[in-house]
Amino acid sequence: MKLDLHVLGPILALVVLVLVGAAMNSNFLSAANVTNVLSRSAFIGIIAVGMTFVITAGGLDLSVGSMAAFIAGLMIMVMNGLLPTMGPGWPLVGVGVGAALLAGLLAGFLNGFLVTTMRIEAFIVTLGTMGIYRSLVTWLADGGTLSLDFGMRTVIRPIYYNGILGISWPIIVFALVAIAGETIMRRGAFGRHAAAVGSNDQVARYSSVDVNRVRMLTYVFLGLLVGIATIMYVPRLGSASSSTGVLWELEAIAAVIIGGTMLKGGFGRVWGTVIGVLILSLIDNILNLTDGVSPYLNGAIQGVIIILAVILQRERKAEG
Amino acid sequence: MKLTLSGIDRSFGDVQVLFDVDLVLNPGEVHALIGENGAGKSTTMKIMSGYLAPTAGQVLLDDVPATFAGSQDAEGRGVVLIHQEFNLAEQLTVEQNVFLGHELRRGPFLDKRAMRARTQALLERLNCKVSPDARVRDISNPDKQMVEIAKALGREARVLVMDEPTAVLTEREAEVLFEQVDRLRAEGVAILFTSHKLDEVKRISDRVTVMRDGRVVAQATTAEMSEDDMATAMVGRDVSSLYPARTRPVGDEVVLAVRDLNVPGHATDVSFDLHRGEILGIAGLIGSGRTETMEGLVGLRTATGRIEMHGQQVRFDRPRAALAAGMAYLTEDRKARGLLLAKGMRENLTLQSLPDFTAFLIDERAEDRALDRAIADFDIRAPHRKVEVGNLSGGNQQKLLLAKTMLADPEIVIIDEPTRGIDIGTKQQIYAFIHALVADGKSVIVISSEMQEVIGLADRVLVMRQGRVAGELTGDGIGEDRIVRLAMGLDGMRGAA
Ligand SMILES: Nc1ncnc2c1ncn2[C@@H]1O[C@H](COP(=O)(O)OP(=O)(O)OP(=O)(O)O)[C@@H](O)[C@H]1O
Ligand SMILES: [Mg+2]
Repeated sequence: MKLDLHVLGPILALVVLVLVGAAMNSNFLSAANVTNVLSRSAFIGIIAVGMTFVITAGGLDLSVGSMAAFIAGLMIMVMNGLLPTMGPGWPLVGVGVGAALLAGLLAGFLNGFLVTTMRIEAFIVTLGTMGIYRSLVTWLADGGTLSLDFGMRTVIRPIYYNGILGISWPIIVFALVAIAGETIMRRGAFGRHAAAVGSNDQVARYSSVDVNRVRMLTYVFLGLLVGIATIMYVPRLGSASSSTGVLWELEAIAAVIIGGTMLKGGFGRVWGTVIGVLILSLIDNILNLTDGVSPYLNGAIQGVIIILAVILQRERKAEG
Repeated sequence: MKLTLSGIDRSFGDVQVLFDVDLVLNPGEVHALIGENGAGKSTTMKIMSGYLAPTAGQVLLDDVPATFAGSQDAEGRGVVLIHQEFNLAEQLTVEQNVFLGHELRRGPFLDKRAMRARTQALLERLNCKVSPDARVRDISNPDKQMVEIAKALGREARVLVMDEPTAVLTEREAEVLFEQVDRLRAEGVAILFTSHKLDEVKRISDRVTVMRDGRVVAQATTAEMSEDDMATAMVGRDVSSLYPARTRPVGDEVVLAVRDLNVPGHATDVSFDLHRGEILGIAGLIGSGRTETMEGLVGLRTATGRIEMHGQQVRFDRPRAALAAGMAYLTEDRKARGLLLAKGMRENLTLQSLPDFTAFLIDERAEDRALDRAIADFDIRAPHRKVEVGNLSGGNQQKLLLAKTMLADPEIVIIDEPTRGIDIGTKQQIYAFIHALVADGKSVIVISSEMQEVIGLADRVLVMRQGRVAGELTGDGIGEDRIVRLAMGLDGMRGAA
């Protein structure tokens, strides 16, 4: 069997990065640093898993970063608002979590509705909702920052900082979402249908696949995951502002593409996306840990990697 | 110009598909290349026109070895291929397509006037009524074929290679094409074409080459070969009895009753019954609304009217609902609507019936077994199991599409153009298959532009014209003449419009 660069490429890149990181800084492989890197990648990672399905089905969602900010703001306001009646404690956290999930679901549904029923280009729809959510969170925060009540912060902190067996909750949730995503993509009827729709929606339609339903579900699924990511995020800082989640959408999309999913749809792999997310956060981490290269060059290096990934994809096509 | 293939081999990866092919195209001669699906006809044609390079062997132009850098290079030297599938820019106009990549210029500007005049002249020569300004996506398939030919003529082809040019044409339209072929032959162009319609081969060609499994197995002048000889050489067995005899009479039970079906813009007040175990043929010209009517029936298009299955009124707003009720539609357009060309056979086979293979997760083993069975039942010939479906030969794609539709085990099957682009041996298999279905108590609707097919298969024929049922023929009343008259709206006195 010949070496398949499209499968090995992202894995090799990840391995190289780990080796480079380990060589440059002895703290790189310390438990603290590894946990830190993984926990931070969890937010983007959870979102990117959902993005993989959207892109595989031929769609795109630019709104996830703003959506996350908006949901974070909403979650904080709901909890602050109910604090006098319910008092600080896990029941109130439960309400906040419920609100975040519901908001994510509805936001995803709105994107899906506009793309499917109203037949507007996904790019346009989500460019629009991206602006809307960003503006809404700025307005809710009155241009400043929405802060969770200090009493609540102590209650909610463990969601980000605690875990089991020394593995923090965000990492566990990310892992579970990734495993579920990979299973559905590879072995679930939904994953097959999403790839069929992204590959040729006419063929899917003539094959009795409910194209709109599949598309809709990819957006709803993504919205829900944005909600979950936000639930992990809020405990970390306990606040949301107009700069929360900025550029998350691009990082998520970049991770998906680096992982080997085709931007034009028709083929997706979740494990690739996970590797893509790790690659992006490792670059960030390595630049922060080492003195040689300025961390300000982070964006440039990530950009180069994304373009390289797309070139690899094109070669895959030419061989076909 | 004379074109010679000498000792051509070609492999895709580990799989060799052409073996030592020799072929000579002489100026002023029409050469027909025939063979079963997957025999290697398209591959041979792509090699002679620079789209593919041979793995071994040589292409010679006027006895001088020529290595084409690509199809552009070949076109520059006068060798033009018209693909089995259209190769037109759908968004551009007819005129822009005819001159695509070869635009006429005056100084730095496009010479629109000259291009318009040339296009007009080319289309007139082809007796083609489309406007040079029409967008290609808006014109019919036969017109697209004519535009392809106009494009080739515009390139001043000295060697014209046509891969199944008549597959999407009606007999009448094919006739127009052949007049042009006659003219080009008289002008000294060397012409090669493929077709699965052997009567055409007999009618138009001077010389025939037969391929089987990537090898040339027979070569003769057309006069020396009867259609039966050709078929036997292609398939390697006798295929004289194409249409099987009925083994079981048509039942009385009406399984499907359609009343006043309207599909806006395409069909008006279409009513018919379908009986258990019946093959209902639907004939008509291209554009008579046959496909759209059936798409309306299964929920692929909005339609109004009354549909009853087994006496129960049903409504299908989506194909899944029709499928659940036991009615499946097999599209005429296998590339754009039938198959996911970039995916493998397994994914394509089970796409429509995926719920049957999924408990919580997809049972890939069961899928593989289904594929094994489909490959055996439908005699699908693929280089290997993992091949991208787009790389299967046209006929094998059609067989896979049929297998995919039948996997859902429908009780009523609507097959649109069942044998488009299919070789005679496979045709025989598909006809036998349709008969096996009705013998099994299922009912089949066959839409076909091939008159012989409708006549040979159907127990009853509906002829459609301009979106309406123009007439119904049964038993001995089914004849070519009657069908044509109904399809054209002739009352017996007037000639063709
Ligand atoms: N790009 C490709 N990669 C792999 N196999 C290929 C490719 N193109 C063609 N083949 C294989 O080569 C063989 C010959 O195909 P070809 O298209 O030349 O057949 P054909 O005679 O034109 O058939 P048809 O009548 O169905 O059009 C087939 O087995 C086909 O699957
Ligand atoms: Mg062919």
